[in-house]
Amino acid sequence: MREITLIEATREALAAAMARDKTIFVVGEGIGPRGGNFNTTTGLYDLYGPERLRDMPISERGFVGMCAGAAMTGSRPIVDFMFVDFILDAMGELINQAAKIQYMSSGRLKMPLILRGCIGIGHSAATHHSGSYFPHFVNIPGFRVVVPTTPYDAKGLFATALVSDDPVIFLEHKSILFHKGAVPEEEYTIPFGQARVARAGQHCTVVAVGAMVGKTLQACERLALAGIEVEVIDPRTLNPLDIQTVLASVHKTGRLLIVDETFQPCGIGAEIAAQVVEQGFDDLDAPVCRLNGAYAPTPYSPTLEAAVVPNVEEIVRAVETLMAA
Amino acid sequence: MSAQQTTDPAPGQIDRSAALECYRVMLTIRRTEEQLARSHQQGLIHGACHTYVGQEAIAAGVCAHLRPDDAVFSTHRGHGHALAKGMPPHELIAELFGRATGCSRGRGGSMHLFAPEIGMMGTSGIVGPCILQATGAGYSFQLLKTDRVGVAFFGDGAVNNGAFHEGLNLASICRLPVLFVCENNQYATEISFAYAAGNPQVGMRGSAYGMPGVTLDGNDVVAVYQAAGEAVARARAGGGPTLLECRTYRTRAHAEGMRDVGYRTQEEVERWKAQDPIARCRSYLLQKQAVAVDALEQIEADVQTTVTEAERFARNSPWPEAATACQHVYSEPAQPASH
Repeated sequence: MREITLIEATREALAAAMARDKTIFVVGEGIGPRGGNFNTTTGLYDLYGPERLRDMPISERGFVGMCAGAAMTGSRPIVDFMFVDFILDAMGELINQAAKIQYMSSGRLKMPLILRGCIGIGHSAATHHSGSYFPHFVNIPGFRVVVPTTPYDAKGLFATALVSDDPVIFLEHKSILFHKGAVPEEEYTIPFGQARVARAGQHCTVVAVGAMVGKTLQACERLALAGIEVEVIDPRTLNPLDIQTVLASVHKTGRLLIVDETFQPCGIGAEIAAQVVEQGFDDLDAPVCRLNGAYAPTPYSPTLEAAVVPNVEEIVRAVETLMAA
Repeated sequence: MSAQQTTDPAPGQIDRSAALECYRVMLTIRRTEEQLARSHQQGLIHGACHTYVGQEAIAAGVCAHLRPDDAVFSTHRGHGHALAKGMPPHELIAELFGRATGCSRGRGGSMHLFAPEIGMMGTSGIVGPCILQATGAGYSFQLLKTDRVGVAFFGDGAVNNGAFHEGLNLASICRLPVLFVCENNQYATEISFAYAAGNPQVGMRGSAYGMPGVTLDGNDVVAVYQAAGEAVARARAGGGPTLLECRTYRTRAHAEGMRDVGYRTQEEVERWKAQDPIARCRSYLLQKQAVAVDALEQIEADVQTTVTEAERFARNSPWPEAATACQHVYSEPAQPASH
């Protein structure tokens, strides 16, 4: 099968949906003729013009609120934030409006709104271009939160987002945007709420999020040399969260580590740990462990930046510690 | 592009039947609000209740030009907009009573009124978002090649908020079919607009965004009707957005049950009560449109009957089932099928 990048995969899903559904439009800074800072819309402006590929002034609150209104009145807007850090200027429009409108209208209004942007630490992007923020959105009723890690998943999950009537936060880690993987040319969807077992193993379960999936898989190669077979679970969507796949794995392994580069307090790891303790306590042979990024803003200098995000060596050590518990 | 004072429009801009309909709508709002104020005192309203008393000419004069498929977005003081857009009083009163028959099925109360079936797309307890959402409705209507319009109603308290700046600019650069209706009632709760605004001429701000800005007497339904008619026609014809500043006054407290002293004088309140938009409309109908008193008295009796029956309907309506409290957080059906 041919291999394409994660960005190319989402762009294929977007192009197919835009060809079929004339109510879809994209707004963002540089998503028109420029094709997006990360090539998210390359080539689409030539096909669909400025009404459906609308370049925006630096006005995040404005265009997010505008797109919420558009989603309530018959169109399907996609906000392309480039860096998702910029979403923070629009949090009131998102949390008080987009997430609540379906509920407030007792289901008579829909909110088919996609909010996409790249997340994560890397490339010395510094603290205003390195955030992930998904724990914030998972905490709010009304949002769907998607964190794809392979081109195949990205295409299928984006296709699902494009027909969802809920507001979807679609977060692509910047360190994997241009990783290639096998992707079918035909259209397909991957339902929200189905985790992927990225690697099978019987000694320990690791739930990894975003770019941590790739780092964990690298760590697994080294751990396998020592006879430790790790099962790696990629949740793919954090809301809905497929806890059943995690519970089934923990039933087999008895041990659970969650690896996530976002902050530890009230994070997705805390949620997964709590649910596993509530529903799978008897399966646990050791305390649930978490490995997170440092509880600090993201620094610029490569030596400082590397110090705040989990690396392969730390994942290996965390698994070894868990196995010894 | 410059602001203009329009206090004495040319006669003939509004015909008799339209003026009578405006009168009926204004009176329906007033009688409903008075009923809600009594209900609040009786403890039948469980949360906030922001009345629209004194500002009725604006909702009536603007919504007279709207169709059910035009989209209205409003703010916490939104009862009048909902009624003028066509919501029956019983659905509004039932909502404030927290009943299952309310326009938002008991999920919203005074500040969160939804009736998308008639283009009442919601009122918000946060000041500002309605401006952006009406802009978005304009975006949809332009994209879908329709002649529908989006309308935002908001107070003077919204115009120093970033949403005003961003929404008007976006509507202007995309030339969207939107009306921005500022109801300048002089106070954001108790903060006077004269204090809060470096430039208190809201209508003049239209030119800052490259759109027509009009300042008018918001207690004169004839003036509102005329200005809104021009703005709606321009929007439907692809001429882009308009900012209307309607100067008005709320003659009751910010919210029912709140003290209403210390930030404005009784003289000021009385001065504005003398400019009551309903009394002025009644005089206009009698003197300029030669409507018989009997006809007005018939409308007044019909409106009172409607409101009395609406209150009874609300009081006798069932409560929402507690088991439904978490319904509609997400759309249904939740999941598309896998490939």
